[in-house]
Amino acid sequence: MWEYTEKVKDHFINPRNVGEIENPDGAGEVGSLACGDALRLTFKLDENQRIKDVKFKTFGCASAIASSSALTELIKGRTLEEAEKMSNQDIANYLGGLPEEKMHCSVMGREALQAAIANYRGQKVTKEEFEVVCKCFGVTDKEIERAIRENDLKTVEQVTYYTKAGGGCAQCHPKIEAIIEKVRKEMEKEAPPAKPARKRLTNIQKIKLIEETLGREIIPALKADGGDLELIDIDGNKVYVALRGKCSFCPSSGFTLKQYIEAKLKEFVSDDIEVEEVRP
Amino acid sequence: MKTVYVDNNATTKVAPEVLEEMLPYFSELYGNPSSMHFFGGQVGRKVNEARDKVADFLETEPSEIVFTSCGTESDNAAILGTLDSYPEKRHFIISRVEHPAVGNVCTYLSRKGYQITELSVDREGRLDLDELKESITEDTALVSIMYANNETGVIFPIEEIGEIVKSKGIPFHTDAVQAAGKIPLNMKKSTIDMLSISGHKLHAPKGIGILYIRKGTRFSPFMIGGHQEKGRRGGTENVPYIIGLGKACELAKKHLEEENTKVKALRDYLEQKILEKIPNTLVNGERVHRLPNTLSVSFEYVEGESILLMLSDLGICASSGSACTSGSLEPSHVLRAMGVPFTAAHGSIRFSLSIYNTKEEMHYIIEHLPPIIQRLRDISPFWKDYLKAQGKR
Repeated sequence: MWEYTEKVKDHFINPRNVGEIENPDGAGEVGSLACGDALRLTFKLDENQRIKDVKFKTFGCASAIASSSALTELIKGRTLEEAEKMSNQDIANYLGGLPEEKMHCSVMGREALQAAIANYRGQKVTKEEFEVVCKCFGVTDKEIERAIRENDLKTVEQVTYYTKAGGGCAQCHPKIEAIIEKVRKEMEKEAPPAKPARKRLTNIQKIKLIEETLGREIIPALKADGGDLELIDIDGNKVYVALRGKCSFCPSSGFTLKQYIEAKLKEFVSDDIEVEEVRP
Repeated sequence: MKTVYVDNNATTKVAPEVLEEMLPYFSELYGNPSSMHFFGGQVGRKVNEARDKVADFLETEPSEIVFTSCGTESDNAAILGTLDSYPEKRHFIISRVEHPAVGNVCTYLSRKGYQITELSVDREGRLDLDELKESITEDTALVSIMYANNETGVIFPIEEIGEIVKSKGIPFHTDAVQAAGKIPLNMKKSTIDMLSISGHKLHAPKGIGILYIRKGTRFSPFMIGGHQEKGRRGGTENVPYIIGLGKACELAKKHLEEENTKVKALRDYLEQKILEKIPNTLVNGERVHRLPNTLSVSFEYVEGESILLMLSDLGICASSGSACTSGSLEPSHVLRAMGVPFTAAHGSIRFSLSIYNTKEEMHYIIEHLPPIIQRLRDISPFWKDYLKAQGKR
C-alpha cells in the first residue's frame, strides 16, 4: 500500500474544483486512457487577467486526482505569468509530498497547466523539435530533459517515476541514460550561475531595498487580490513577514510566499534572501 | 469500522483449528524431527502425520510430498531442479499469464541462454492447445502451466495439457497455488509430474509450501543441504508450519464442497448484482471454467487504485490489476495478454472470497460499490465523452 499523506487522502476523497468550465478561456489535456491517467484542465480569467475559475477532470489513481485538485487550488487567483512559474515540485509540496514512484502525477499537473495556458494564448502546443523516446507512454526527449532539470534527477528509475518514460518495455532505457548524461553535463556547466556579482549591500542599504521592493513590487499585487503584507523583521538574510487580509487564510499562501514574494526579493535585493511567515 | 476481506487470492486467514494445532510446537515440543532422542522423535511422528494429511488431500503417496518455504520456492525448485536434471535441453514452455514465481524464473533463464515459449491466451483467458502441440520440440526440458489463474480464476484444462506433454515424454509442472482447496486434485489419476502449493492461500500461515513430485520424476534439489525431505530439500523442517499446513489440507478437503456451493453462490450473487447495478462493467475471463471464489471485473473509464482506496476507506479489502497499485506503470500482464481494452484494463478489481465470507458482506459491497464508481466516473474526463458519444445526455 502506498504511504499517502493526509493531505493527499483529503484531496482524493474530497477533490476541489471538479468539473469542466463551459466556454473556457484556456483548456488543456494531457495523458490518455492507454497510459492509465489523464487530466483535462479548463480555466476562465477575470478582468485583471487572473485565473478566476479553474476546474479539472481526471482519470487516474488517488495521487493523480489529488495532484489535479492541488493544482487548481494553487493557481486560482494567479496571473498566468505567476501560474506558469509553478513547478511539479510545488504541487507535491502542497500535498505534503508524494511517493517518489508517483511523482509523475505532479508532472502531469504541470503539463496540463502549460497546455491550457498555451491554448489560451492561441499557441499550438509547439512540440518544437522533439523525439518520442518512450514509445509505450509517448514521452519526448524534451519532457524528459525538463523533468531532469527541474527535479535534479540522476537515474533512469527516477526518470520513470517522474515522467513514466521507460516504465513499459524498457527498450528506451539506454536512450534515457544518454539524455541524463547529456543534461547533467549541461547542468554542471551552467552551475555556478554566471550572474554578474552584485554589489555587497550594507545592512541599512539592504533593509531599505527590501522595504522599497515590498512597497513597489509586492504589496500592490497582493492588495489587488484583497490581501496585504506586513514586514515584521529582518535578520541577516531572513525576512519575516505576516500575511494580512485575504492572504492570511488563502490556501495557496505558502505558494505566494515562496514563488512570488521570495522570488521578487531575490530578483531585486539578493539571491540568498529567505522569506518566512510569522503567524499571529 | 468493519473489515470485509475479499482478497483471499492474495492471502487467507489462518484457520483457528490450524493455529491451535501449531501452537504447542513452538516452545513446548520444539525438538528437531531428525534427532535420535524421544523429544525429537515425537515431533518427527507429527511431521509424518502432516505429510499423510497432505498426501490424502492430493490423493497420493506421502513419499511424493516435499515441504518448502512457499509457493515461489516450489515453482523455482520445480523449474530449476528439472533444468539441472536435463542439462542438454535448453527449451521451456510456459503461458503468458503465469505468476511471476514462474514467469520471472523463465525471464532469468532466457538471459542465461535458454529458449522460452510463452503460450498466448485468447480474450477469455483460454489457451490454444494446438499452439502447445506445435511448440514442443526435441529440446523441450519442461512444460509449466498454471492450474488456475490468480487474477481471473480461469482454470486451464490441465489433464488435456498433461496428456499432450506426457505423450512426448516431457516432464509437466503446474503451479496450483490458486487451485488447491478450490477444485479437487487427484494425483493418482493425474498426468502432472510436479505441482506447487502455497500454505497461506488455504488457511495455513505464510512461509510454508508444498512441492508434489511424482515418483520417478528426475529432480535435483534446489535447496542444497542436509538429508531432510529425502534429500530433495535441505534445511531443518519448519515443524509448526508443516503441522499447520497438514491441518489446513485436512480442512480444505472437508470444505471443498462448501467452496463449490456456498462460496460459489456468494461469488455469483456478487457478480450478478455488480453487473446489474453498474453500467459499463465487464467480467474478465471465461465464466464457466473458473475458480468458484474469484471474480475479476473491470469498470470502464475509472482507475483501479482509486476504486481500491475508496473501498478500503469503507473497510472492504480487494485488489486490482491496475498499474498504479503495483508500482509498475502498465496494467497486469494477465489482462494485457488477454487483450482487455485499455478503457477497462486500468479499472479492474478482483474480489476473491473464502468460506469465511457471508451474504451480509456481499450486500455491504453491493451497497457501497456503485456510488464509488459513479463518483470516480464523475471525476473522469472520459466518462462524459463516452456518454456524449452514446447520445445519452
